[in-house]
Amino acid sequence: MPTETSDLSTIWVYLAASPLVGLTITMVAYSLAYRLYVWANHSPLLNPVATSVITLIAFLMLTDTSYEAYFEGGQFVHFLLGPATVALAIPLYQQFSKLKKVWLPVTIAILSGVTIGALSSVYIARLFGASLQTQLSLAPKSVTAPVAMGISEKIGGLPSLTAVLVVITGILGATFGTKILALLGINDDSIKGIAMGVTAHGIGTARAFHVSAEMGAFSGLAMALSAFTTAVILPWLITVLGL
Amino acid sequence: MSFLNGLTILLIYQLVGEVTVLYLELAVPGPVMGMILLFVTLLIRHKTPESLDTAASTLLSHLSLLFIPAGVGMMVHFERIGNEWLPISIAIILSAVITFVATALIMLGCNRLLGKSGGHDAH
Repeated sequence: MPTETSDLSTIWVYLAASPLVGLTITMVAYSLAYRLYVWANHSPLLNPVATSVITLIAFLMLTDTSYEAYFEGGQFVHFLLGPATVALAIPLYQQFSKLKKVWLPVTIAILSGVTIGALSSVYIARLFGASLQTQLSLAPKSVTAPVAMGISEKIGGLPSLTAVLVVITGILGATFGTKILALLGINDDSIKGIAMGVTAHGIGTARAFHVSAEMGAFSGLAMALSAFTTAVILPWLITVLGL
Repeated sequence: MSFLNGLTILLIYQLVGEVTVLYLELAVPGPVMGMILLFVTLLIRHKTPESLDTAASTLLSHLSLLFIPAGVGMMVHFERIGNEWLPISIAIILSAVITFVATALIMLGCNRLLGKSGGHDAH
Protein backbone atom coordinates (compact mmCIF):
# COMPACT_ATOMS: atom_id res chain seq x y z
CA MET A 1 0.00 0.00 0.00
CA PRO A 2 1.56 3.31 -0.97
CA THR A 3 1.49 5.90 1.75
CA GLU A 4 0.47 9.44 0.94
CA THR A 5 3.96 10.95 0.86
CA SER A 6 5.56 8.17 -1.13
CA ASP A 7 2.98 8.20 -3.92
CA LEU A 8 4.57 10.63 -6.32
CA SER A 9 8.14 9.97 -5.35
CA THR A 10 7.62 6.21 -5.76
CA ILE A 11 6.25 6.81 -9.22
CA TRP A 12 9.23 9.06 -10.00
CA VAL A 13 11.75 6.54 -8.70
CA TYR A 14 10.13 3.87 -10.85
CA LEU A 15 9.92 6.07 -13.95
CA ALA A 16 13.38 7.59 -13.59
CA ALA A 17 14.86 4.09 -13.87
CA SER A 18 12.98 3.33 -17.11
CA PRO A 19 14.01 4.57 -20.57
CA LEU A 20 10.63 6.24 -21.06
CA VAL A 21 11.51 9.46 -19.26
CA GLY A 22 14.90 10.00 -20.93
CA LEU A 23 13.46 9.37 -24.37
CA THR A 24 10.38 11.53 -23.85
CA ILE A 25 12.21 14.56 -22.45
CA THR A 26 14.69 14.38 -25.35
CA MET A 27 11.85 14.49 -27.87
CA VAL A 28 9.94 17.21 -25.98
CA ALA A 29 13.06 19.37 -25.54
CA TYR A 30 13.91 19.03 -29.24
CA SER A 31 10.41 19.77 -30.54
CA LEU A 32 10.22 22.89 -28.34
CA ALA A 33 13.74 23.95 -29.34
CA TYR A 34 12.94 23.34 -32.99
CA ARG A 35 9.76 25.41 -32.79
CA LEU A 36 11.74 28.22 -31.21
CA TYR A 37 14.31 27.94 -34.02
CA VAL A 38 11.61 28.10 -36.73
CA TRP A 39 9.87 30.95 -34.90
CA ALA A 40 13.16 32.89 -34.97
CA ASN A 41 13.45 32.39 -38.75
CA HIS A 42 16.17 29.72 -38.40
CA SER A 43 18.48 32.12 -36.58
CA PRO A 44 21.71 30.17 -36.06
CA LEU A 45 22.00 31.72 -32.59
CA LEU A 46 19.07 29.57 -31.45
CA ASN A 47 20.59 26.31 -32.71
CA PRO A 48 18.15 23.59 -31.59
CA VAL A 49 20.93 21.29 -30.36
CA ALA A 50 22.32 24.01 -28.07
CA THR A 51 18.97 25.03 -26.61
CA SER A 52 17.86 21.39 -26.11
CA VAL A 53 21.11 20.38 -24.43
CA ILE A 54 21.00 23.35 -22.04
CA THR A 55 17.32 22.72 -21.17
CA LEU A 56 17.90 19.00 -20.60
CA ILE A 57 20.98 19.49 -18.41
CA ALA A 58 19.08 22.05 -16.31
CA PHE A 59 16.14 19.63 -15.97
CA LEU A 60 18.35 16.68 -15.01
CA MET A 61 20.23 18.71 -12.43
CA LEU A 62 17.05 20.13 -10.91
CA THR A 63 15.52 16.65 -10.62
CA ASP A 64 18.83 15.19 -9.41
CA THR A 65 18.83 12.63 -12.23
CA SER A 66 22.13 11.10 -13.34
CA TYR A 67 23.32 11.12 -16.95
CA GLU A 68 23.38 7.29 -16.87
CA ALA A 69 19.68 7.20 -15.95
CA TYR A 70 18.90 9.75 -18.68
CA PHE A 71 20.93 7.85 -21.28
CA GLU A 72 18.83 4.70 -20.68
CA GLY A 73 16.28 6.53 -22.82
CA GLY A 74 18.59 8.85 -24.73
CA GLN A 75 20.43 5.89 -26.24
CA PHE A 76 17.51 5.16 -28.56
CA VAL A 77 17.94 8.54 -30.20
CA HIS A 78 21.74 8.31 -30.03
CA PHE A 79 21.64 4.92 -31.75
CA LEU A 80 20.02 6.41 -34.86
CA LEU A 81 23.28 8.28 -35.61
CA GLY A 82 24.51 4.97 -37.09
CA PRO A 83 21.73 4.52 -39.69
CA ALA A 84 21.83 8.29 -40.32
CA THR A 85 25.53 8.01 -41.22
CA VAL A 86 24.70 5.17 -43.64
CA ALA A 87 21.85 7.30 -45.04
CA LEU A 88 24.38 9.95 -46.15
CA ALA A 89 25.07 7.66 -49.11
CA ILE A 90 21.80 8.85 -50.66
CA PRO A 91 22.43 12.63 -50.95
CA LEU A 92 25.97 11.70 -51.92
CA TYR A 93 24.65 9.56 -54.78
CA GLN A 94 22.08 12.18 -55.84
CA GLN A 95 24.77 14.88 -56.09
CA PHE A 96 27.26 12.54 -57.72
CA SER A 97 27.03 14.11 -61.18
CA LYS A 98 27.79 17.55 -59.70
CA LEU A 99 30.51 16.07 -57.55
CA LYS A 100 32.30 14.34 -60.42
CA LYS A 101 33.05 17.73 -61.95
CA VAL A 102 34.74 19.05 -58.83
CA TRP A 103 36.21 15.88 -57.34
CA LEU A 104 39.79 17.13 -57.39
CA PRO A 105 39.30 20.44 -55.52
CA VAL A 106 36.89 18.64 -53.14
CA THR A 107 39.39 15.88 -52.39
CA ILE A 108 42.26 18.31 -51.84
CA ALA A 109 40.12 20.61 -49.66
CA ILE A 110 38.83 17.76 -47.51
CA LEU A 111 42.24 16.11 -47.04
CA SER A 112 43.88 19.36 -46.00
CA GLY A 113 40.88 20.51 -43.96
CA VAL A 114 40.82 17.28 -41.96
CA THR A 115 44.56 17.43 -41.23
CA ILE A 116 44.52 21.12 -40.33
CA GLY A 117 41.45 20.67 -38.13
CA ALA A 118 42.83 17.78 -36.12
CA LEU A 119 46.38 19.10 -35.67
CA SER A 120 45.37 22.70 -34.91
CA SER A 121 43.07 21.59 -32.09
CA VAL A 122 45.71 19.32 -30.54
CA TYR A 123 48.54 21.87 -30.73
CA ILE A 124 46.45 24.85 -29.58
CA ALA A 125 45.13 22.85 -26.61
CA ARG A 126 48.69 21.78 -25.77
CA LEU A 127 49.98 25.35 -26.04
CA PHE A 128 47.40 26.49 -23.50
CA GLY A 129 48.14 23.64 -21.09
CA ALA A 130 45.40 21.05 -21.64
CA SER A 131 46.08 17.52 -20.37
CA LEU A 132 47.13 14.89 -22.93
CA GLN A 133 43.81 13.07 -22.63
CA THR A 134 41.91 16.29 -23.37
CA GLN A 135 44.17 17.02 -26.37
CA LEU A 136 43.53 13.57 -27.81
CA SER A 137 39.80 13.86 -27.14
CA LEU A 138 39.83 17.14 -29.09
CA ALA A 139 41.58 15.72 -32.17
CA PRO A 140 38.48 14.20 -33.87
CA LYS A 141 36.17 17.06 -32.82
CA SER A 142 35.10 17.94 -36.39
CA VAL A 143 33.90 14.43 -37.19
CA THR A 144 30.33 13.20 -36.74
CA ALA A 145 29.73 11.85 -33.21
CA PRO A 146 29.63 8.04 -33.63
CA VAL A 147 32.78 8.07 -35.77
CA ALA A 148 34.59 10.59 -33.56
CA MET A 149 33.89 8.49 -30.47
CA GLY A 150 35.36 5.43 -32.18
CA ILE A 151 38.48 7.37 -33.22
CA SER A 152 38.88 8.93 -29.77
CA GLU A 153 38.87 5.52 -28.14
CA LYS A 154 41.47 4.26 -30.61
CA ILE A 155 43.93 7.12 -30.03
CA GLY A 156 43.58 7.24 -26.23
CA GLY A 157 41.05 10.04 -25.68
CA LEU A 158 37.79 9.90 -23.72
CA PRO A 159 34.95 8.97 -26.13
CA SER A 160 32.23 10.64 -24.04
CA LEU A 161 34.26 13.88 -23.74
CA THR A 162 34.87 13.74 -27.50
CA ALA A 163 31.11 13.47 -28.09
CA VAL A 164 30.58 16.69 -26.13
CA LEU A 165 33.41 18.52 -27.95
CA VAL A 166 31.97 17.31 -31.27
CA VAL A 167 28.58 18.78 -30.43
CA ILE A 168 30.09 22.11 -29.29
CA THR A 169 32.21 22.33 -32.45
CA GLY A 170 29.16 21.55 -34.57
CA ILE A 171 27.09 24.24 -32.89
CA LEU A 172 29.88 26.82 -33.29
CA GLY A 173 30.39 25.97 -36.97
CA ALA A 174 26.65 26.01 -37.68
CA THR A 175 26.21 29.31 -35.86
CA PHE A 176 29.12 31.33 -37.22
CA GLY A 177 30.31 29.43 -40.31
CA THR A 178 28.23 31.15 -42.98
CA LYS A 179 28.97 34.57 -41.45
CA ILE A 180 32.74 34.00 -41.57
CA LEU A 181 32.57 32.99 -45.23
CA ALA A 182 30.36 35.97 -46.04
CA LEU A 183 33.09 38.19 -44.53
CA LEU A 184 35.61 36.53 -46.84
CA GLY A 185 33.27 37.18 -49.76
CA ILE A 186 32.74 33.48 -50.54
CA ASN A 187 29.22 32.87 -51.87
CA ASP A 188 29.63 29.62 -53.76
CA ASP A 189 27.28 27.06 -52.14
CA SER A 190 29.54 24.14 -53.00
CA ILE A 191 32.53 25.74 -51.23
CA LYS A 192 30.41 26.81 -48.24
CA GLY A 193 29.01 23.28 -48.01
CA ILE A 194 32.42 21.60 -48.10
CA ALA A 195 33.85 23.92 -45.41
CA MET A 196 30.74 23.39 -43.26
CA GLY A 197 30.83 19.61 -43.51
CA VAL A 198 34.56 19.35 -42.80
CA THR A 199 34.31 21.65 -39.75
CA ALA A 200 30.87 21.09 -38.29
CA HIS A 201 29.76 17.59 -39.45
CA GLY A 202 26.05 16.75 -39.02
CA ILE A 203 25.03 19.81 -37.02
CA GLY A 204 26.56 22.03 -39.68
CA THR A 205 24.96 19.91 -42.40
CA ALA A 206 21.53 20.34 -40.81
CA ARG A 207 22.18 24.09 -40.89
CA ALA A 208 23.47 23.94 -44.49
CA PHE A 209 20.22 22.31 -45.69
CA HIS A 210 18.41 25.41 -44.39
CA VAL A 211 20.58 27.60 -46.63
CA SER A 212 20.17 25.57 -49.83
CA ALA A 213 19.84 21.97 -51.02
CA GLU A 214 23.17 22.28 -52.83
CA MET A 215 25.03 23.50 -49.74
CA GLY A 216 23.37 20.71 -47.73
CA ALA A 217 24.40 18.01 -50.16
CA PHE A 218 28.00 19.24 -50.36
CA SER A 219 28.12 19.54 -46.58
CA GLY A 220 26.78 16.00 -46.20
CA LEU A 221 29.36 14.81 -48.69
CA ALA A 222 32.20 16.58 -46.88
CA MET A 223 30.98 15.22 -43.56
CA ALA A 224 30.94 11.67 -44.91
CA LEU A 225 34.32 11.93 -46.63
CA SER A 226 36.00 13.66 -43.70
CA ALA A 227 34.65 11.04 -41.28
CA PHE A 228 36.18 8.39 -43.50
CA THR A 229 39.46 10.29 -44.01
CA THR A 230 39.89 11.15 -40.33
CA ALA A 231 39.20 7.56 -39.30
CA VAL A 232 41.99 6.40 -41.62
CA ILE A 233 44.67 9.08 -41.17
CA LEU A 234 44.28 10.38 -37.60
CA PRO A 235 45.52 7.27 -35.72
CA TRP A 236 48.46 7.19 -38.14
CA LEU A 237 49.18 10.94 -37.77
CA ILE A 238 49.14 10.66 -33.96
CA THR A 239 51.69 7.83 -34.09
CA VAL A 240 53.95 9.50 -36.66
CA LEU A 241 54.00 12.82 -34.82
CA GLY A 242 54.47 11.04 -31.49
CA LEU A 243 51.54 12.83 -29.83
CA MET B 1 5.67 0.70 -44.55
CA SER B 2 7.92 2.68 -46.85
CA PHE B 3 9.86 4.27 -43.97
CA LEU B 4 10.29 0.92 -42.20
CA ASN B 5 11.58 -0.80 -45.35
CA GLY B 6 14.05 2.01 -45.89
CA LEU B 7 15.21 1.93 -42.28
CA THR B 8 15.66 -1.84 -42.53
CA ILE B 9 17.92 -1.40 -45.58
CA LEU B 10 19.98 1.20 -43.67
CA LEU B 11 20.32 -1.14 -40.67
CA ILE B 12 21.36 -4.05 -42.89
CA TYR B 13 24.09 -1.92 -44.51
CA GLN B 14 25.25 -0.71 -41.09
CA LEU B 15 25.41 -4.31 -39.88
CA VAL B 16 27.31 -5.47 -42.96
CA GLY B 17 29.61 -2.46 -42.50
CA GLU B 18 30.31 -3.38 -38.87
CA VAL B 19 30.99 -7.02 -39.77
CA THR B 20 33.30 -6.03 -42.66
CA VAL B 21 35.29 -3.68 -40.42
CA LEU B 22 35.65 -6.26 -37.67
CA TYR B 23 36.48 -9.07 -40.07
CA LEU B 24 39.08 -7.13 -42.06
CA GLU B 25 40.33 -5.30 -38.93
CA LEU B 26 39.94 -1.90 -40.60
CA ALA B 27 40.36 1.40 -38.75
CA VAL B 28 37.14 2.78 -40.31
CA PRO B 29 34.00 2.88 -38.12
CA GLY B 30 31.23 0.46 -39.13
CA PRO B 31 28.57 3.04 -40.15
CA VAL B 32 31.07 4.78 -42.47
CA MET B 33 31.83 1.45 -44.12
CA GLY B 34 28.06 0.86 -44.40
CA MET B 35 27.70 4.25 -46.10
CA ILE B 36 30.44 3.43 -48.61
CA LEU B 37 28.89 0.04 -49.40
CA LEU B 38 25.44 1.60 -49.89
CA PHE B 39 26.93 4.32 -52.09
CA VAL B 40 28.64 1.72 -54.29
CA THR B 41 25.39 -0.26 -54.48
CA LEU B 42 23.51 2.84 -55.64
CA LEU B 43 26.16 3.60 -58.24
CA ILE B 44 25.81 0.07 -59.64
CA ARG B 45 21.98 0.02 -59.53
CA HIS B 46 21.63 3.55 -60.92
CA LYS B 47 18.56 4.39 -58.83
CA THR B 48 17.45 4.87 -55.22
CA PRO B 49 14.43 2.81 -54.07
CA GLU B 50 11.65 5.11 -52.87
CA SER B 51 11.55 3.56 -49.41
CA LEU B 52 15.24 4.24 -48.93
CA ASP B 53 14.77 7.81 -50.06
CA THR B 54 11.94 8.28 -47.55
CA ALA B 55 13.89 6.81 -44.63
CA ALA B 56 17.06 8.74 -45.46
CA SER B 57 15.38 12.12 -45.85
CA THR B 58 13.39 11.58 -42.63
CA LEU B 59 16.53 10.73 -40.66
CA LEU B 60 18.65 13.47 -42.25
CA SER B 61 16.06 16.24 -41.96
CA HIS B 62 16.27 16.00 -38.17
CA LEU B 63 19.90 15.08 -37.88
CA SER B 64 20.32 17.66 -35.09
CA LEU B 65 18.02 15.68 -32.79
CA LEU B 66 20.37 12.70 -32.87
CA PHE B 67 23.25 14.69 -31.35
CA ILE B 68 21.32 15.74 -28.25
CA PRO B 69 21.95 12.74 -25.95
CA ALA B 70 25.71 13.01 -26.64
CA GLY B 71 25.60 16.75 -25.95
CA VAL B 72 23.86 16.24 -22.61
CA GLY B 73 26.91 14.12 -21.70
CA MET B 74 28.60 17.44 -21.00
CA MET B 75 27.21 17.19 -17.46
CA VAL B 76 29.47 14.21 -16.76
CA HIS B 77 32.52 16.26 -17.73
CA PHE B 78 31.72 19.48 -15.87
CA GLU B 79 34.76 19.03 -13.62
CA ARG B 80 37.28 18.46 -16.41
CA ILE B 81 35.75 21.19 -18.52
CA GLY B 82 35.80 23.49 -15.48
CA ASN B 83 39.50 22.80 -14.87
CA GLU B 84 40.54 23.06 -18.51
CA TRP B 85 37.93 25.47 -19.83
CA LEU B 86 40.49 27.93 -21.19
CA PRO B 87 42.57 25.61 -23.39
CA ILE B 88 39.42 23.74 -24.47
CA SER B 89 37.55 26.91 -25.46
CA ILE B 90 40.52 28.47 -27.27
CA ALA B 91 41.33 25.22 -29.07
CA ILE B 92 37.73 24.63 -30.18
CA ILE B 93 37.04 28.18 -31.32
CA LEU B 94 40.38 28.87 -33.02
CA SER B 95 40.60 25.44 -34.59
CA ALA B 96 37.02 25.66 -35.90
CA VAL B 97 37.71 29.05 -37.49
CA ILE B 98 41.05 27.88 -38.94
CA THR B 99 39.54 24.67 -40.34
CA PHE B 100 36.57 26.52 -41.82
CA VAL B 101 38.59 29.27 -43.48
CA ALA B 102 41.42 26.99 -44.62
CA THR B 103 39.07 24.44 -46.19
CA ALA B 104 37.08 27.13 -48.01
CA LEU B 105 40.18 28.98 -49.26
CA ILE B 106 41.93 25.79 -50.39
CA MET B 107 38.87 24.73 -52.35
CA LEU B 108 38.49 28.22 -53.82
CA GLY B 109 42.18 28.21 -54.78
CA CYS B 110 41.90 24.78 -56.42
CA ASN B 111 38.80 25.89 -58.34
CA ARG B 112 40.63 28.96 -59.65
CA LEU B 113 43.75 26.96 -60.55
CA LEU B 114 41.64 24.47 -62.46
CA GLY B 115 39.64 27.26 -64.06
CA LYS B 116 36.27 26.41 -62.57
CA SER B 117 35.17 29.27 -60.39
CA GLY B 118 31.60 28.54 -59.30
CA GLY B 119 29.30 28.78 -62.29
CA HIS B 120 31.00 31.27 -64.62
CA ASP B 121 33.81 29.86 -66.71
CA ALA B 122 36.75 32.14 -67.42
CA HIS B 123 37.27 31.53 -71.12
